[in-house]
Amino acid sequence: MSKKSCKTIIFKKEKELPSSAVSFHSMEYNKTGSWRNFRPVINYDKCTNCMICWKFCPEGVIKIKKEGGERIKLEIDYEYCKGCGICWEECPVEAIDIEEEED
Amino acid sequence: MRKVLMGNHALSYGAKLSRAQVISAYPITPQTEVIELLSQMCASGELNAKFIKVESEHSAMASLVGASAVGVRTFTASSSQGTALMHEMLHWAVGARTPVVMGNINRAFAPPWSIWTEQNDSLSQRDTGWMQVYAQNNQEVLDSVIQAYKVAESVELPAMVVLAAFVLSHTSEAIEIPAQEKVDEFLPPYEREYKLDPDDPHAFGGLTDPENYYEFRYKIQKAMEKALDRWEETGREFENIFGRRYGLVETYKADDAKNLIISSATVASTARKSVDMLRDKGEKVGLLRIRVFRPFPAKKVRKILSSVEKAVVIDRNIGFGVSGIFCQEVKAAMYNEKNNPTIFGVIAGLGGRDVTSRNIVEIYEDVMKMEKPESDIIWKGLKE
Repeated sequence: MSKKSCKTIIFKKEKELPSSAVSFHSMEYNKTGSWRNFRPVINYDKCTNCMICWKFCPEGVIKIKKEGGERIKLEIDYEYCKGCGICWEECPVEAIDIEEEED
Repeated sequence: MRKVLMGNHALSYGAKLSRAQVISAYPITPQTEVIELLSQMCASGELNAKFIKVESEHSAMASLVGASAVGVRTFTASSSQGTALMHEMLHWAVGARTPVVMGNINRAFAPPWSIWTEQNDSLSQRDTGWMQVYAQNNQEVLDSVIQAYKVAESVELPAMVVLAAFVLSHTSEAIEIPAQEKVDEFLPPYEREYKLDPDDPHAFGGLTDPENYYEFRYKIQKAMEKALDRWEETGREFENIFGRRYGLVETYKADDAKNLIISSATVASTARKSVDMLRDKGEKVGLLRIRVFRPFPAKKVRKILSSVEKAVVIDRNIGFGVSGIFCQEVKAAMYNEKNNPTIFGVIAGLGGRDVTSRNIVEIYEDVMKMEKPESDIIWKGLKE
């Protein structure tokens, strides 16, 4: 599925609306990364792959990337990360830095 | 088949015969037997349903909203504090347009603790958008569950079947149990238009801006209005198959009545006897029982009250700071009418105090001595 962005839809008549609010697509279309004020950045020199950030992330945007064999790498999906900072707070080895977003 | 059933088990059999597919509940006196029997039925395989054990009534309703969104038939029951804890999710079930059916056993709120009957628990859910039907006997409890599914699914609104604690919940009556084939004929499987389906993911109930939210509320009101007709039609359909007739309201000796007693649930059932006692004394009195409280059958009430001089509404509930809740509703329905009877509001039987047929005769005789109500609330049986 291609990840298009949501568009605002304004219905003209009540009859056009379903009985309850239902999105046209899955929430994959609702990219929440633009909400972010602070950007968590993983410092791979310190990261031990303990997975605590992955476990705590309330949005499930810490992705496990297979690096071949047993090796993995954790990556933050910035299209959806809202920048809550929980991963930064929870990381036991301070391998996540937090930076203010430019815009 | 006839069976001797307590009101709580009448709810369970209603859910079973309706082929509820997901049941989720948390026990509370005086509701416990409802889910006790249903969980046994699920465990033995007598009922092919998923029984979800939860840690609270809030979770019970939350799980049923989800299950109903999938497109399956759902059931729960609660009472008093439990129904109050469900409150947030009761609103959710309405907005999500999930036709969950629940039993509510009317029990008074704490403090002080009480397990006895009073209608404030269900009536304080008045503005959630749940339909509410107040049963007067155990047969009606069972029959109303089956009808509630039919109406709820056709208008996409949840429905509450309400019965009095102990007076019905723990009182055994002989009940006609409808044959499963006939119930199946009356109540086909639930079909839902927009389904929660992992293979076709959508977000349900997401953030809706002021440009669209207003219309969703309008649609709930329209569904309620449609439900007025649906309860009547469903009652007639039910009669055709099962031989027992139900409607939005029920009257007794009201056709030629000069004065009317108005009540609901088991108090109304008792009042039938009071009407007979008063008729024996020469009083031209009748009874109006309001069976469906939401949607409120205002048109029916207006029609019946248009030819009446005085009406006395007996409420086993109280809207603190105002008056009895059924009384408020009846008065509101009559306000713009030309032939508007004098309406008296009596509060009786709070916290499960008995309301006997003799009490109702006394209430009637007392208010008929008054030309106009001396206050918005007339207390009956207060230890002054």
